[in-house]
Formats: sequence, structure tokens, C-alpha cells
Amino acid sequence: MSDQALTKEPLLEVIELKKYFPIRRGFFKRVVGQVKAVDNLSFFIREGETLGLVGESGCGKTTAGRSILRAIPPSSGKILFRDPTLGKVDVATLDQDQLIAVRRNMRMIFQDPYASLNPRMTLLDIVGAPLRAMKLASGKELEERVAEMLRRVGLRPEYMRRYPHAFSGGQRQRIGLARALAPNPKFIVCDEPVSALDVSVQAQILNLLQDLQVDLGLTYLFVAHDLSVVAHISDRVAVMYVGKMVELANTQELYTNPMHPYTEALMSAIPLPDPRKREKRVYLSGEVANPANPPSGCYFHPRCSYCVDICKSTEPAFEEVKPGHFVKCHRARELSLNGVAEILANR
Amino acid sequence: MPEQDQNLLLEIKGLRTYFHLAEGVVHAVDGVDLKMHRKETLGIVGESGCGKSISAYSMLRLVPPPGKIEAGEILFYKTPKDGSTNQAEIVNLTKLDPNGSEIRNIRGNYISMVFQEPMTAMSPVRTVGQQIMEAIILHQKVSKEEARKQTIEMLRRVRMSNPERVIDDYPFQLSGGMRQRAVIAMALCCRPSLLIADEPTTALDVTTEAQILNLMRDLQDEFGMAIMYITHNLGVIAEMADNVAVMYMGRVVEQADVSTIFYNPLHPYTQGLHQSIPQLKDALSRKEHKRLDVIKGMVPDPYSRLKGCPFHPRCPKFIAGVCDEVEPRMVEPEPGHTVKCHLYG
Ligand SMILES: Nc1ncnc2c1ncn2[C@@H]1O[C@H](COP(=O)(O)OP(=O)(O)OP(=O)(O)O)[C@@H](O)[C@H]1O
Ligand SMILES: Nc1ncnc2c1ncn2[C@@H]1O[C@H](COP(=O)(O)OP(=O)(O)OP(=O)(O)O)[C@@H](O)[C@H]1O
Ligand SMILES: [Mg+2]
Ligand SMILES: [Mg+2]
Repeated sequence: MSDQALTKEPLLEVIELKKYFPIRRGFFKRVVGQVKAVDNLSFFIREGETLGLVGESGCGKTTAGRSILRAIPPSSGKILFRDPTLGKVDVATLDQDQLIAVRRNMRMIFQDPYASLNPRMTLLDIVGAPLRAMKLASGKELEERVAEMLRRVGLRPEYMRRYPHAFSGGQRQRIGLARALAPNPKFIVCDEPVSALDVSVQAQILNLLQDLQVDLGLTYLFVAHDLSVVAHISDRVAVMYVGKMVELANTQELYTNPMHPYTEALMSAIPLPDPRKREKRVYLSGEVANPANPPSGCYFHPRCSYCVDICKSTEPAFEEVKPGHFVKCHRARELSLNGVAEILANR
Repeated sequence: MPEQDQNLLLEIKGLRTYFHLAEGVVHAVDGVDLKMHRKETLGIVGESGCGKSISAYSMLRLVPPPGKIEAGEILFYKTPKDGSTNQAEIVNLTKLDPNGSEIRNIRGNYISMVFQEPMTAMSPVRTVGQQIMEAIILHQKVSKEEARKQTIEMLRRVRMSNPERVIDDYPFQLSGGMRQRAVIAMALCCRPSLLIADEPTTALDVTTEAQILNLMRDLQDEFGMAIMYITHNLGVIAEMADNVAVMYMGRVVEQADVSTIFYNPLHPYTQGLHQSIPQLKDALSRKEHKRLDVIKGMVPDPYSRLKGCPFHPRCPKFIAGVCDEVEPRMVEPEPGHTVKCHLYG
């Protein structure tokens, strides 16, 4: 992203977003609890920026992404999006017609390509559907556009008439990518978009996403678990833990100078492509927190090696500890945690 | 044949699995040779679409139609699970009836698989617990209560938060990584001799992943399980694998122990892979829009078979008149290190 983009106003602003799922049990499907999958999330993304989103499996990343696009209805909160035609709208309160219009510009690459591709549609229909529905192209033109999209994601246009089952996992993932990119959107939630790709094809796709960003000013919310990939593509990175954001900073700052103990734990667990370092990955011990019944105080305290009394009783605020560096930890100012440089040196 | 290697578990010879489509024949697996020993972890890497999953499906005889095993042998050295004898019975999996009782007894019980896409292995309309319990009861003859107890325990071991809730959840109520771990739990609960793990941790954050890999290694020690670990994540390969096979267009093009693959790769495709890894240290000195190196070119059209080496159109070390004419043989430039490339003879 260029410095110029830094000064741009947000394309997307999420304010106090919540998504709770009821837990129903028994014959009468009585509600016995709530999974607080996303619990009070606030952040913004500037136009042309990539915000990386990382966090433990089950911490609410996909739910956040899906709520932002209203693929599922959020429980509460505002989702302010600057749509090129509709202007600034709150996606959470749009009516059906406006939602369809806004979805041309806000798209999603789903985490599970197998479950998100209709097995009875050919590639032409899958990738062409948004173009057709939004009346952006039809007939020969539609076919050419689909062919072009497929080529860009490294799939052969000859495959157009095949069904999704006839593809490998990584090929299917790229079908989802082509579908998201087809209508020339402004904003894409990329939910693990390269997780099934070998490093060479992955590199090709990451380059493509960056090129599109430069050429068309695309904005991404990029969910991934591979921290090298996240570092490579993101301008800023947000870290989530049990439904809440615990740290947010620009990429280099977060990786060199993490301030939340959970972020440090993540960094120490990165697998390095070097067999000599295989024994040295550090583990995060302790029980995984339950989003239906989270711990008291700071949610991370039962697993945190820096825990003191206040952490058990009081929830810390999400504070700007340094300009642009937000942390949700009582001890953020006093702790000096290991970043990637120390971790690479120690392992 | 020389004396039988006591620890041999699996031997794949010249496996070919093709899909006959109206547009042409897809040579998904086109001459794969592999050997695995007991307790070994074999990493399999290779380009998207090169035939890793279809090779695994072939072993379990789950190749979807119109796919067919056209040639080759998959020999599984089966020793009884009750430990009554160490003498292995050699079963040629390619000869079994794909719907017969023999392969069904092997599937899940002796060889189990973590599928790349969890929802291929799970029913959307039954709870996670019902599905895992069913697998346990099928192979272990325990009571329902006991199966439920084991299921909760296994869900806990795959780091599920609140397994008492998750056991009664439907798959759609789980996150991507939770589904993946549920499938891992299902595959591990029957103590297989061979676990085929096809991209099992693609949805897991690094701390959870580290713990899942640890669990697999624990179980490997506990009951001598071998693991075929298919992944594109070279960090995980470096951590898990004893040996590595590199595939390209339906073939194994290089195989060696893990250190050799990392420090002395011979095949130009393997060398190219190492250059495409995004480097963590780049996070420390972020350059604007640094581009990653890619192996140039596209995977060739799967219907037409290339003459010569399948990698030649993309190979930086291509020798005209040789690489585009003759298919390279498998050579062994150093003991235990095999490669299919004209540069080495
Ligand atoms: N449709 C649903 N009904 C009930 N619970 C749900 C539903 N979808 C998600 N959850 C729960 O919400 C929590 C967050 O799930 P989410 O999919 O957002 O996690 P995630 O961060 O994307 O994890 P992963 O990295 O594993 O994909 C989990 O506890 C999950 O079980
Ligand atoms: N049902 C099918 N019909 C036709 N072709 C198929 C079918 N299933 C797979 N193929 C083709 O077979 C080839 C090998 O697929 P496979 O799934 O084994 O790849 P893979 O190595 O597992 O790739 P990935 O890393 O992307 O998962 C691919 O080119 C794929 O398009
Ligand atoms: Mg997810
Ligand atoms: Mg695959």
C-alpha cells in the first residue's frame, strides 16, 4: 500500500459487531447457552489496504467475515461500508435489494471450497453467476470474462464446462477465488484463500491479489493461519482470541514487537521450513477457552505465563499503547515480549 | 526378490489412475512408485493437481467414477491388530473389490484417512458425536456409553474447546478448523497402522497445529502408526517427515530423507519450491509490494501427454533435444536419494 492510501478514509468500519449462536439441546430444542463467536469487534480498513486477521481455530474469524457481508445476520453492531454507487451504508440494516447491490462490491472467498461450490453447476455457471445476476455480462462476453478469470487464477479455460468435483482441493480453492473476483469488487473477505495451495501456486495467487490491489485499489480482509503469508500480504494485522480482538498493529511492528502474550505464543509456534529446527517449536499449554463460558477477567489468563492477580478478575481494555498499536493486556506496557527476530535467532 | 524387509508396510509400484472424460483422459496418477515402513512418516508434496489426493484415494479404493486404476500394484503388509503374529499378510489393494468386505475392514481399521476437505468425510445431518461413535463401535465392539466417553476424550485430545458441547453439534456449527480436528479424531480413534493425512491442518492456527502434530507423533509412538502426510506446508514437512516424496504431474520425481530434500534438492522442481516460500524474516524489513518468485509457466494441459520430462516446459535447466524427447528414468545419484531428471544421468 502506498503512503497516499494511508491517509484515505476507511472503506469499511465495523463498530461493536456481535454474533452469538444459541446452543439448543434436547427434544424441545431449548436454548441452553450462547456461543459468543464474535463479541464486540471494532476496527476499520482503509481503501486499498490489506488487514490480516489471525487467531486460534474457532476464535470467530469466519463468523466475523460472514457477518460483515451479512451472509449471516449479525446479532448487533454497525458495518459501515462506502459503496461506490450507494454511498456510505450500514450493511447491517440494508434491505434485500440494497444488499444484492452491495454484494457486487463486497465479496467473500470461502474457507471451505468443497462446501461452498454448488456441485450441480459448471465452472462457467459458478464463476459467471454473479455477472449474470448483476447483469454485468451475458452470452459470449460472459464466457470470455469467465475464461479470463480462470486464466488469472491459473486454471485452464478449457475446464469451464466441468463440475467442481472434477478438481483437486487447490483447484477448487481457486474456483472460489475466480468467483469472488469476477464482478470487479471493491472489498473481499479472503478466508484462508491460499491454504490448499502448494507454495508455487500460492506465490502466484498472492502476487495476483497484490497486482489487483495496485491496479484496481482492492481492499482485503485476509484471514489466514500461515503467519509468513499474512506478513507478506498485510499492511496491518489483527489478532483475535475467543471472539475479541487482542492486538492490532502495522505488520512490521506486530511481528517485531508483539505486545500481547497470545501473539507471542503464536509467533513461537510458527513451523520453520528447516528440519534442523524441528524440535524447537513452543507450545501453548492449558485448556482452550470455551466461547460459551469464557474465563473471568482476561480470557487468556488461564494459559498466560505472565498472568498476575488483576488478570483473573478484571477484563483489560483494548488500548492504544503506542501510536497505531492496540493491545488488550493489563501488562502491555511493562512486558517485553519476543518478536520474530528473537524467535528466529533462538531457534 | 531379496529377503523380505520386516518393517515394510506399503509398497506402491507403477500406479496409474486415470479419468476417462468426454474431452479426453486425465492422467491424474501416472506411474507412482513409493515405499513406506512401519512408524515412518512420509511427507508428500507437489503442485496443486499433481495427483496426491487421487493416489491416496486409490489406496483406499475410493477413486470416484469415472476414475479407474489402470495399472500398478499397491501392496499393503497387513499384520493382525491383536498382535497374534508378526507375520504380515500381503494384500494387493488394487485387486480388491472396492465395495467388498475386505477393503471395508482395512479402511478405518488398518488404514484411515483424514480427507483434505472435511465435509467429504462427514455427514451434514448427523452430529459430530454420532459419527465418531459409530466409527468406534464399528471397529471396537464397545458399549454406547464407552464409545461416548472415548469420543469426548478424543475430542479433548484434538484440542476442542468444550468437547461436551461439540459432541452434540452438527458439522455446520463448527469452525473450519474444528471440523478438521473432528475428522482427525475420527481417523485416529481406531488406531490405524497407517494414517493418510491429506492437508489435515490447513485450517489450524500454528499453536493448535503444533499440538495436533504432537498428538499424531504421540499416537505414532503409542501404537506404531505410520503416517503419510500430504501437505504443501514445507514448515510442517520439516517438522514431521522422516522422508519426503515430491510429486509432479502424477509422478514421484524425487524422494529422499527430509534433510536431503531441504539442503540438497536435486530436481529443478524441488529447487523451485524452496524459492517460492514466503520468508518470515521479510516481515522484519517490509518492502513495498515485494513479489514472490514463482515457477514460471502453467501446468500443461492434462489431456495431452508431454513427450519427454513432464516438467521440461517450465524447467530453468531444460536441455533441448534431451528433456523434450526422452522421459527420464528414476536414478539414484546417492544412496537413498532418487530423482527423475536427465541432469543426473
Ligand atoms: N452456524 C453456527 N452455529 C453455531 N455455532 C457456530 C456456527 N458457526 C460457528 N459457530 C461457532 O462459533 C465459533 C467461531 O467459529 P468460526 O468459524 O468463526 O471460527 P474461526 O475463527 O473461523 O476458526 P477456524 O480458524 O477454525 O476456521 C466456534 O465455536 C463455532 O463452533
Ligand atoms: N472426479 C474427477 N474427474 C476428473 N478429473 C479429476 C477428478 N478428480 C480429480 N481430477 C483431476 O486429477 C488431477 C489430480 O487431482 P488430485 O486431487 O489428486 O490433486 P492433488 O495433488 O491432491 O492437488 P491439491 O494439492 O490441489 O489438492 C487434477 O488435475 C484433477 O483436476
Ligand atoms: Mg474459519
Ligand atoms: Mg488434494
